Amino acid sequence: MFRNITLGQYYPAESVLHVLDPRVKLFGALVWIISIFLMDGLFSFLLATGFLMFLIIISKVPFSFMVRGLRSIMIIVIIASVFNIFFTPGNTLVEAGPLKITDKGIINAVLMAIRMFYLIIGTSLMTLTTTPNNLTDGLSRSLSPLEKLRVPVTDIAMMMTIALRFIPILIEETNKIMKAQMARGADFEHGGLIKKAKNMVPLLVPLFVSAFRRANDLALAMEARCYSSGKKRTKLNPLKYARRDAIAYIIILLFLAGLILMKIFL
Amino acid sequence: MKELARKRDEDLIIKGRGLTTEYFRRDDEGNVESIDTALDHIDISIIKGRFIGIIGHNGCGKSTLAKNINALITPSEGSLTVCGMDVYDEESRMKIRSMAGMVFQNPDNQIVSSIVEEDCAFGPENLGIPSQEIRERVDRALSSVGMFEKRRNSPEHLSGGQKQRVAVAGVLSMEPECIIFDESTAMLDPEGRQDVLNLAHELNEKKGVTVLWITHYMEELTGADHIFVMDNGRIVMEGAPREIFARDEELVQHGLTLPGITLLSRLLKENGIPLRGVSLSVDELYEELMALW
Ligand SMILES: Nc1ncnc2c1ncn2[C@@H]1O[C@H](COP(=O)(O)OP(=O)(O)OP(=O)(O)O)[C@@H](O)[C@H]1O
Ligand SMILES: [Mg+2]
Repeated sequence: MFRNITLGQYYPAESVLHVLDPRVKLFGALVWIISIFLMDGLFSFLLATGFLMFLIIISKVPFSFMVRGLRSIMIIVIIASVFNIFFTPGNTLVEAGPLKITDKGIINAVLMAIRMFYLIIGTSLMTLTTTPNNLTDGLSRSLSPLEKLRVPVTDIAMMMTIALRFIPILIEETNKIMKAQMARGADFEHGGLIKKAKNMVPLLVPLFVSAFRRANDLALAMEARCYSSGKKRTKLNPLKYARRDAIAYIIILLFLAGLILMKIFL
Repeated sequence: MKELARKRDEDLIIKGRGLTTEYFRRDDEGNVESIDTALDHIDISIIKGRFIGIIGHNGCGKSTLAKNINALITPSEGSLTVCGMDVYDEESRMKIRSMAGMVFQNPDNQIVSSIVEEDCAFGPENLGIPSQEIRERVDRALSSVGMFEKRRNSPEHLSGGQKQRVAVAGVLSMEPECIIFDESTAMLDPEGRQDVLNLAHELNEKKGVTVLWITHYMEELTGADHIFVMDNGRIVMEGAPREIFARDEELVQHGLTLPGITLLSRLLKENGIPLRGVSLSVDELYEELMALW
């Protein structure tokens, strides 16, 4: 379970992207998502492709590794674009019963597949080069202005940190309980969807019990180490911008400006 | 006890008088169904820099005592001062928690972060200590528990004993005067158990940290300076290990069993081998036997 997903997984390497401040990368991911929508026409598409390839190369993450984990997501992308082929009005190329394939439909489907592919690759480039803890730091610092609106940003960051720590533990525990139940004849693999779901019940009960026990223990341990929610905390490794971060910001903004100019003038 | 009487109050790191904790058990409507007296008018004095053992069978109130000392719960009755601070004082609560750190039983459920050094920094971060100083404290704490090399690792891949070392470092980084180990070895294998116990002794001897070692196992207390035996929310016996271990009938009454080696030395003595007293360790018994040879 959950083994073959590289989306959101960190790939350790020594590259410029890895050492960039997470806030820069978050900003970059945001710009990338915007640029996906700005992308129309050949030149903007070429610019975005060039930029993405540049990032992939300097990230030092093998492209095959990036794509391997995206297989399951690619299936969704393909299904979505297939719908586009059939349901876009335009000049009919092939007709089979109620289904029509149109020229616009094909173009739309291809564009959509490319957009989604770029979106996924671009954002996973961020998670592949940033440790989850670093990402949490970046998020909480980027969102800290929201604290004025009484959004409990530090608490949310704490929750994310704890989730990162305990998700692997709970997954391992799930596997353990599954094996224990299987040894007593439980069956998680056969039967229809409903039967499978029913079989999960004896798995979930002990899992919840244990999760609540852990939560209880952890809350006590955190309190014993002087945690109280909403209090101002300092950091062992506070985020600090370096020169390279400024340069990265400039490059990202130049890219965005280029796309906008193309959108206006081409 | 005589020694205690001689000590002045400022040498006491923990001083409780008539300390009582009651847990209220409520029914569904919130009415009090029954009252569970977990601590029953306890008087306790602990001298700075000692290695103190606290032992008793399940549910006798050991953890409740520890939580009182750590200011995690407020006493229902009686007085308690920790490092000269009153536990009833809201203001000093955080200070007390940093001065009397606590290491819990389950190694997994007390590590907060998925990076060792960040977990170790959790306490100082909560105390609002400047980053530079946190760095120094974390490095120092991890070195003194021998986990400095693993500082960038995830705790997931550490052994139980190593996780407990990380937990100890997380307490040490708050620079406490006292560390309470609440059955911190109960979930470890024998090797990890000995490992954490040795670490506690080392911190006690080299750094002068007062240690409160809470346990079920008599054999973990042979190296303690002073032992408190608890039963039913009361302290029923106290004294040096040798005195306590010699009172085996009383111990059995309170639901405890003597360590194997002490039992052996007692049996030998009863069967006519002229040993001087109870032995606390294999080495000690060996020496005595060799002396008789
Ligand atoms: N949160 C609570 N609510 C109600 N009763 C409690 C609570 N915590 C402990 N008790 C009760 O208080 C008594 C003392 O519990 P405590 O946990 O201090 O014992 P202990 O000596 O630490 O036991 P163990 O060896 O099992 O850890 C027990 O009878 C227990 O049932
Ligand atoms: Mg306990």
